[in-house]
Amino acid sequence: MSWSGPDNFPATSLADNLDKKLLVILRDGRKLIGVLRSFDQFANVVLEGALERITVGELYCDLPLGLYIIRGENVVLIGELDLEREELPSFMVRVTPTEIKQAQKAEKDATELKGTMRKRMEFLDID
Amino acid sequence: MLFFSYFKELVGKEVIVELKNDLAISGILHSVDQYLNIKLENTRVVDDTKYPHMLSVKNCFIRGSVVRYVQLPPDGVDVDILHDATRREARGG
Repeated sequence: MSWSGPDNFPATSLADNLDKKLLVILRDGRKLIGVLRSFDQFANVVLEGALERITVGELYCDLPLGLYIIRGENVVLIGELDLEREELPSFMVRVTPTEIKQAQKAEKDATELKGTMRKRMEFLDID
Repeated sequence: MLFFSYFKELVGKEVIVELKNDLAISGILHSVDQYLNIKLENTRVVDDTKYPHMLSVKNCFIRGSVVRYVQLPPDGVDVDILHDATRREARGG
């Protein structure tokens, strides 16, 4: 059996993006970066040399992942990274995985605290 | 197929696509397919300070299933033609 089907791709096909460095945003908000090696009509994609980019405020960190197949239903957006441009604004600071995990936890705790405060204040009926 | 045909007419126009995760992206509609997957060119994120990682993305593919709205240009619809097409579609062909 041949691996590839008919080569009349629909206009939205990702064929133009093959072997390019892409940013894939997933439904849970994760951002993966890697080189597109394959795809299909469901937007299932194969990323080579994938890494997860975690950003918290002005901090960021890249966690290496390796070769990934992403199931299409989890894909929100696939963006072509313009190599001429900076990937991130210059004020963003790269930190270690441990530091970014701490920052993520702090952010999560802060939003949770905000949530409980709001709940307690609800009887006041302010908005 | 009505909306697929309709979107095909809008290719080349500037649209704003709002996703279910609240990310709103404006850009030139490059192409659309049967699932209403959308490809945009010359994209710009509407609230770009909140999404710094989108800075260097200029072309993108958006999966149809995650789209909440597409904001069209004001002259994006000829109501008479759309009404006709809608009735034809409702009659089944």
